[in-house]
Amino acid sequence: MTGFTFTIDGVEVAAKDGQTIMEAADAAGIYIPRLCDHEGLRHQGACRVCTVKAGGRSVAACTQPAAPDQAVENETPHVTKLRRDLVEMLFHEGNHLCPICEASGNCELQAMAYRLDMTQPTRFPYLEPCRPLDASHPDIALDTNRCITCGRCIRASEEVDGKGVFGYVGRGIHRRVAVNGADLADTNAAITDFAISKEVCPVGCIIRKGEGFAIPIGEREFDKGLIGHEIEEKKRD
Amino acid sequence: MDTTSEQGLPPDEAERIAAICEGVGDDPHRMLDILRAVQDELRWISPAAMGLIASRTGLSRIAVEGVASFYAFLSQAPKGRVTIRLCDDIVDRFAGMPEVAAAFEAALGIKVGETSADGAVSLEYTPCIGLCDQAPAAMINDVVLTGLTPGRAGDIAAALKAGQSPEELIAQDFLDLTPHERATRQVENNIRHAGASLLSPVPDGAGLAKALDMDPVRIIAEIEASGLRGCGGAGFGTGRKWRFAAETEAERRIIICNADEGEPGTFKDRVLLTERPHLLAEGMTIAARAVGASEGILYLRGEYVYLRDLIEEVLQDRRDRGLLGQGIGGQDFDFDIRLQLGAGAYICGEEGALISSCEGLPGEPKTRPPFPVTQGYLGLPTVVNNVETFCHAARILDQGAQWFSDMGHAGSHGTKLFSVSGDCLRPGVYELSYGLSVRELLAMAGGEDAAAVAVGGASGTMIARDQFDRCLSFDDLATGGSVVVFNGSRNILEIVEYYMSFFVHESCGFCTPCRVGNVFLHKAIGKFRKGLANPEDIEYLKDLSGTIIETSRCGLGTTSPKPILTTLENFPLVYAATVKPSKDRIRASFDIQSAIDDARHMAKRGSEIFDEDYSE
Repeated sequence: MTGFTFTIDGVEVAAKDGQTIMEAADAAGIYIPRLCDHEGLRHQGACRVCTVKAGGRSVAACTQPAAPDQAVENETPHVTKLRRDLVEMLFHEGNHLCPICEASGNCELQAMAYRLDMTQPTRFPYLEPCRPLDASHPDIALDTNRCITCGRCIRASEEVDGKGVFGYVGRGIHRRVAVNGADLADTNAAITDFAISKEVCPVGCIIRKGEGFAIPIGEREFDKGLIGHEIEEKKRD
Repeated sequence: MDTTSEQGLPPDEAERIAAICEGVGDDPHRMLDILRAVQDELRWISPAAMGLIASRTGLSRIAVEGVASFYAFLSQAPKGRVTIRLCDDIVDRFAGMPEVAAAFEAALGIKVGETSADGAVSLEYTPCIGLCDQAPAAMINDVVLTGLTPGRAGDIAAALKAGQSPEELIAQDFLDLTPHERATRQVENNIRHAGASLLSPVPDGAGLAKALDMDPVRIIAEIEASGLRGCGGAGFGTGRKWRFAAETEAERRIIICNADEGEPGTFKDRVLLTERPHLLAEGMTIAARAVGASEGILYLRGEYVYLRDLIEEVLQDRRDRGLLGQGIGGQDFDFDIRLQLGAGAYICGEEGALISSCEGLPGEPKTRPPFPVTQGYLGLPTVVNNVETFCHAARILDQGAQWFSDMGHAGSHGTKLFSVSGDCLRPGVYELSYGLSVRELLAMAGGEDAAAVAVGGASGTMIARDQFDRCLSFDDLATGGSVVVFNGSRNILEIVEYYMSFFVHESCGFCTPCRVGNVFLHKAIGKFRKGLANPEDIEYLKDLSGTIIETSRCGLGTTSPKPILTTLENFPLVYAATVKPSKDRIRASFDIQSAIDDARHMAKRGSEIFDEDYSE
């Protein structure tokens, strides 16, 4: 396999043929913010938080192939502003009440807001949807009020578990993640599924019953560092 | 009832669904055909029906539900035996649709959005159905009715109640008519100006006859030399597109015709499909020979279902004459065309979404790259062109590249069909050479007193009088064909609010900025309409629009803020006149009046602070 180089915010990055901008950046220890993308799952390009400027055009870094000698803008004030708008949209689309959410501190949406410096009430209206809770399953509950329709659970269940427990239904603002049956108890979902594991749902939508607040606030994932720190630490090594 | 499997279905319904699936070989890629047929026969897609369809096609139930819940013409609650879909486009509204809708509601005893208790009739709104030149218009099951009045609405409702079929509303002897007669009884063509390429008389089969004698490379060279560009709006070079597909190594290649003209105010393909269906099939066949394709799909928007029989008859006629099928023209050349009906989704006019829809999936755009010319339908090299583009291609093969290239002007060669509607005396279709001004087109259409023109529909550019000398071409005012005329009595903000509600309704929801951002834009315009906007809200509109344009995944999101941005630029006073600093001392963009509406409703009284006329 041949390779080439391109730059991200002026830093030269090596890439292999066929790699996406994000894949090459991850390997080089440069973090590009993302929510719907997850290592090991098919790239989707839906949340658009990984938007970068490449050759003057906006593209999703998770799906856009890297190109030789291209100059990619990642953490410029302009790109960060676009990303902050997108994260704000996700906050306002659902019902995200961090202080009472079990996922607080482990939540990628919350962590992304901190990383992008979303520090004050935003300009957008709250859509305040009213979505029913699904607590039918003995081990798992779904609170889709917190869902950001990233679809990571859909891909994890299909691609890793080989099950297809989840899927998208509806269109436009009514598009949401639903389950393959009348409710979750009606599906073959299991607590041991990768799709149900802590790392797949970026927010507090998929709830594993019986393990709430096992780790106290202050000692959680993003209490240790900004989201993306584990990728950026690769660079320092 | 077990809602997760076919066990909840009455035996006769299960049999009918099984027969529908069997009719398409239980092929999951024909999901849209299956769901359309189930909807037509059973009037809804029940959870149990989804379970049975899933098991027949080897998909999961959620995959079937994903498709069934995406398309507006498919329903997950029982609909009436007759569904009346009133066209809700802004042109229809201005032409009197609210009064027509009220007449239907009164005569049927139901509100828009409801189904009568006896299950006879459903009444609903639907976006532009491609009949703006004869608005107000409506679909009634598979037929369309135009030029509606409140009186006529009452008569129609009475006839339907008395047991008449929708077809009998068109003609008592409907089934004895030819498919072409059926179409033209329902819809006027309104051809106002016939140009040299498409709407003047065209010889039958002349382009294909020449193409059959040509080397495929030469066919593509001829199309490239003509300067033909895609007529759906994007304007990509047609010859180049064909060349890319031809150069991609593959066993199978696909030709798809995009007959999903959903841009509000566009209806020019409707006329070609009615009057030039053979020319269209000819153009697709020429493309197939040029790129080496053996399969074609004609994707017809669900709103044009009234043209289905006409097109099927034309395709069968061509098969009978050896112009489709195996060994076309006595050569080693096989090609056939399948008609694929849509089911109510504007987004399917987008190339990738259209391919998704042909594959039996929700109409979501695909990630680019790869582009369809290398990996399109089922991963095969695919050429997608608009109806008008294929028709021009057939004419170019007959008349020569030079003939076409000489028409129009630099960068925009040939003729173009414009569908003109709204406040003008002669709405209809005009075939004219590229390069004429908006003013010239308005003069032809009798729209001289226009105050605003939406060129290119909702996703196009709204211009004011001082720009009527601008030129209709790819380099200035590009349009897939839509030209909507508004006179000085129309409220610009009402038009913009409608167009934004259209985009909210039609966004596929895949990406964040288009799904959520357009809802925010629509809400913000609502504030302007109500006179509640602050001066800061103008900046808010521009800023939010910029984010949506820069971060959206496909053309819908990158153009949806255009009604706002082009009116902010060309009609600034409309906005400036409505804004005033908030007396509520509440931050900009927050609409306190809407926010407390729920509370007013629950308390059954107004707000002491925010309602000036408050009293206990």
